[in-house]
Amino acid sequence: MRILTGSVGRKILMSITGQLLIIFVLIHLIGNSTIFFGPAGINAYAEHLHSLPPLVWLFRLVMLAAVSVHICYGVMLTLENKAANPGAYAVKRQLKASFASENMVWTGALLGCFIVYHLAQFTIHGTPDVVVGMDAANRVDVFKMVVTSFGHALISLTYMIAMVMLFLHLSHGIPSFLQTMGWNNDKTIPVFSTGGKVISAVLMLAYISIPVVILAGLLKL
Amino acid sequence: MNLILHVWRQKGPKEPGKLEQYEAKNVSPDQSFLEMLDEVNDTLIKTGKDPIVFDHDCREGICGMCSQVINGVPHGGQERTTVCQLHMRKFKDGDAIYIEPWRALAFPIIKDLIVDRSAMERIIQAGGYTSCHTGGVADGNAILVPKPVADYAMDAAECIGCGACIAACPNGSAMLFTSAKVAQLASLPQGQAEAAERVCNMTDAMQANGFGNCSNHYECQAACPKGISVKFIAKLNREYQKALFK
Amino acid sequence: MILDGKCPKGPIQTSWDRHRFDMKLVNPANKRKYKILVVGTGLAGGAAAASLGELGYNVEAFCYQDSARRAHSIAAQGGINAAKNYPNDGDSIYRLFYDTIKGGDFRAREADVWRLAQVSNDIIDQCVAQGVPFARDYAGYLDNRSFGGAQVSRTFFARGQTGQQLLLGAYSALSRQVKAGSVKLFARTEMLDLVVVDGEAKGITVRDLVTGEVRCHVGDAVVLATGGYVNVFYLSTNAMGCSVTANWRAHKKGAFFANPCYTQIHPTCIPQSGEHQSKLTLMSESLRNDGRCWAPKKAGDNRPANEIPDEDRDYYLERKYPSYGNLAPRDIASRAAKEQCDAGRGVGPGGRGVNLDFADSIKRLGEDTIRERYGNLFEMYEKITDENAYKVPMRMYPAPHYAMGGLWVDYNCESNVPGLFVLGEANFSVHGANRLGASALMQGLADGYYVIPYTIANYLAKIKPGTVKADNPECKKSIEDVKGATNKLLAINGKKTVSEFHRELGKIMWENVGMARSEQSLKEAIKKIPVLREEFWKNVKVTGTGVELNQELENAGRVADFLEFGELLAKDALHRKESCGGHFRTEYQMPDGEAMRDDENFCYAAAWEFKGVNAEPELHKEPLTFDNVHLAVRSYK
Repeated sequence: MRILTGSVGRKILMSITGQLLIIFVLIHLIGNSTIFFGPAGINAYAEHLHSLPPLVWLFRLVMLAAVSVHICYGVMLTLENKAANPGAYAVKRQLKASFASENMVWTGALLGCFIVYHLAQFTIHGTPDVVVGMDAANRVDVFKMVVTSFGHALISLTYMIAMVMLFLHLSHGIPSFLQTMGWNNDKTIPVFSTGGKVISAVLMLAYISIPVVILAGLLKL
Repeated sequence: MNLILHVWRQKGPKEPGKLEQYEAKNVSPDQSFLEMLDEVNDTLIKTGKDPIVFDHDCREGICGMCSQVINGVPHGGQERTTVCQLHMRKFKDGDAIYIEPWRALAFPIIKDLIVDRSAMERIIQAGGYTSCHTGGVADGNAILVPKPVADYAMDAAECIGCGACIAACPNGSAMLFTSAKVAQLASLPQGQAEAAERVCNMTDAMQANGFGNCSNHYECQAACPKGISVKFIAKLNREYQKALFK
Repeated sequence: MILDGKCPKGPIQTSWDRHRFDMKLVNPANKRKYKILVVGTGLAGGAAAASLGELGYNVEAFCYQDSARRAHSIAAQGGINAAKNYPNDGDSIYRLFYDTIKGGDFRAREADVWRLAQVSNDIIDQCVAQGVPFARDYAGYLDNRSFGGAQVSRTFFARGQTGQQLLLGAYSALSRQVKAGSVKLFARTEMLDLVVVDGEAKGITVRDLVTGEVRCHVGDAVVLATGGYVNVFYLSTNAMGCSVTANWRAHKKGAFFANPCYTQIHPTCIPQSGEHQSKLTLMSESLRNDGRCWAPKKAGDNRPANEIPDEDRDYYLERKYPSYGNLAPRDIASRAAKEQCDAGRGVGPGGRGVNLDFADSIKRLGEDTIRERYGNLFEMYEKITDENAYKVPMRMYPAPHYAMGGLWVDYNCESNVPGLFVLGEANFSVHGANRLGASALMQGLADGYYVIPYTIANYLAKIKPGTVKADNPECKKSIEDVKGATNKLLAINGKKTVSEFHRELGKIMWENVGMARSEQSLKEAIKKIPVLREEFWKNVKVTGTGVELNQELENAGRVADFLEFGELLAKDALHRKESCGGHFRTEYQMPDGEAMRDDENFCYAAAWEFKGVNAEPELHKEPLTFDNVHLAVRSYK
């Protein structure tokens, strides 16, 4: 099984799992943006989602698998790479590598922590700030939960920092997965590099817009 | 001009090394970097000190022997230039210059600025060839290779095997070196018969010889004195995927 | 002694085919019992080691570089000739043969040259099969260009890096054999002695350049593919490590050295910029396809090139050789450039340079076309000189480039020491007194791929394998000798560095035995070299020890050999009282300054036998006969 052990095979695995996670990030953003339609929007969306338990669980399992593989192999490859370069240059000037490309494992680790926190908060409802209730239509009131939690500046700030991590991770991750899949040539290299940064920035801004709007008082209970 | 050199000195593979300071005096801007070091060495020899050893041979940028990291960049950071073709007019009077050997797990230091690059040999030995016999081959024109394909293969084949890509890579990976050979041979009809086996064997050899994995920093292309493009890494990845389904 | 080249008799067209049939073969099952030592891994050595390994012999290959891929064949830019006649412009094996004989100024053996022309076509096929990316046209066919004074387009090329690509092809074949276990490769290992047992070559003594270990490798035959010796001039286009050492040490063990005075001075090299210069850089001869050579008409005309009007310029090659013009062969173009500079019309620092002007071609074809053809060369020129050759003419000056002379070999590439084979630039066989452009690569690969695999079998079939073991007294003695010489060098502890001696020798050689030689200058050199040699052995300073990586020690050994060899080169030049090809004696020239050959007295290869460092070498002659090409004055007018 070269894909599980080979140098390039494992990168392809990283690339594919990364792509699944990017798809999730996109879908999740579309779902989240229903919050701008008020309680009617996001609560209906949540209700609809949870009316299909087998699908939800399948989706969750796939995501869990993708995250686990991505983390395990990411850590494994990073450790190997660190070992392959003892990094003992007295002076080292990078020509092309960026902060983002060099710190994938750290931005990834912070994102991992954030995911745990985020699940504990809004999925398991295990953090103290979470308000669980029903809305007028007897649906789980997600709108109230989110707006209440994001009303705490510290929580919003945490969320925003996580989204900056997402930006850094994806600004290298997007061009990188395209390259690893081999979908690249001289013309596309600069396009993907810029495109990756733009898409990541758009995603970051879109995600951050939710706590910002809530903090600014534009979305109220 | 006069320069201050900080040069990595190391007596042997297992000895500790350190940067030592030397002065290079009355350097002419028309001198090449290695000629400047020659003169420093002549001075050292006359005072009974061991000269700085460094790899060099053709001194015209093609043999791939020279290998120094100058001020933090392999080959000194002039575009498409090897150390031997770097000229002193690129420096200013009074500059401090740091000179270090290639550093990577796969490149143990032999002495001073000389490293052991035999790991790269083993990558080629794992499959960087077409298995044709001497004699008994078809006429050169029996295999048609349209110009764009021949040009693409030539772009990859320009690699001089110096190892700057590995020295520059934050992961000590040999992907650019490996991919240049894989892409050259996989793009030509002659090399396609063994393409799948080759890409697997060569990347396995890369892994087995202590090189890291590519994480697409593209530092390699920036440091490559022949400007080999990372598009060949993408080509290697495509070949690898084809091989996975074989 | 009159030497016998052992050429096949009869019609030349079938000579190689008949000879191949007449030679003995080694039984496939027995091949692995024979061990062959191949020294040098350039085109000739790499191709030989790969081919012999593939045939099933037990091969050990040696190179001083850290990889077999770095031999100086890699620096050849222009291309490789073959008589394919793809462009349908009248080429044939016979024409390539004829051109090579004539280009060599009738000082090469006909049969060897015929064989070279015959196998040239196979080389191209072989390289294509290896994946060498030769230039192609849009339909996919191989592209050709005219090169180095040939009137047909027979040169195959891979951008400006043909040598690199061919070497990487041979290197890939070699790597395949290393993987297969049939070739054992010893990099960073320098041959320092030939071991001769009972008159036959049976081993080599080498120094491991990393650990300093001196050891002996024994085998059933030794193949030297160790390149040329023009670093005897110190400044040359050769790599820094190129030396005469392997050849010279074999010479001292009995191998004859043939025609050392035939050295090629390449006309288009970047002029020296100062005393600090360590080597010269060649610019491909192909530049002369579109560049025009000129010098100012008036001596001491210091105006910038662009301000000198056409009427004040002397396009001397076009003037003197109207039919070949700027494409005149190398020796002629080099001498013409020297003439201009000697007359005070040179340009650039020290007046040692002539202009190679692209302005007309740029006007005619556009800068883009010129860039496409020579972009990498213009880039290289700018890196070294900081001048933009699209705007101002390039400055060029001749530099030592190639050695036509080398160890004497017969038709089988075997030297006079049985079991010692010599290939490529290291031997003397096919280029006569002057080599044509794009023929060096052809010879290296021909010898390695297509000659040695046949001829070595003929020798091996006659001997029993493995007769000499590593504990042979000759091996022990050889190791002692090498160690002794090393210790002697280290013990001198004088005041001058190795490179200072090399520079001084180079100066003596270049001034007296360079592009133009006279009896007086040669005698001067023969007087000065032994004095310098004596000083070297008293006053050289070599730091460090012998049991470590020690580049000074390596160089000291090489320069010591050049100091002996330079004298032989000068003596050969002195004895050859004629001008031919790369050997130009000022006393022997036509009224118009052209070389004057003396076929009556000098139509032979001069093979020198070593008699001791300060003793006179003994001359042996191999008469050259021309049955297929008539001896004629070489004219390129």
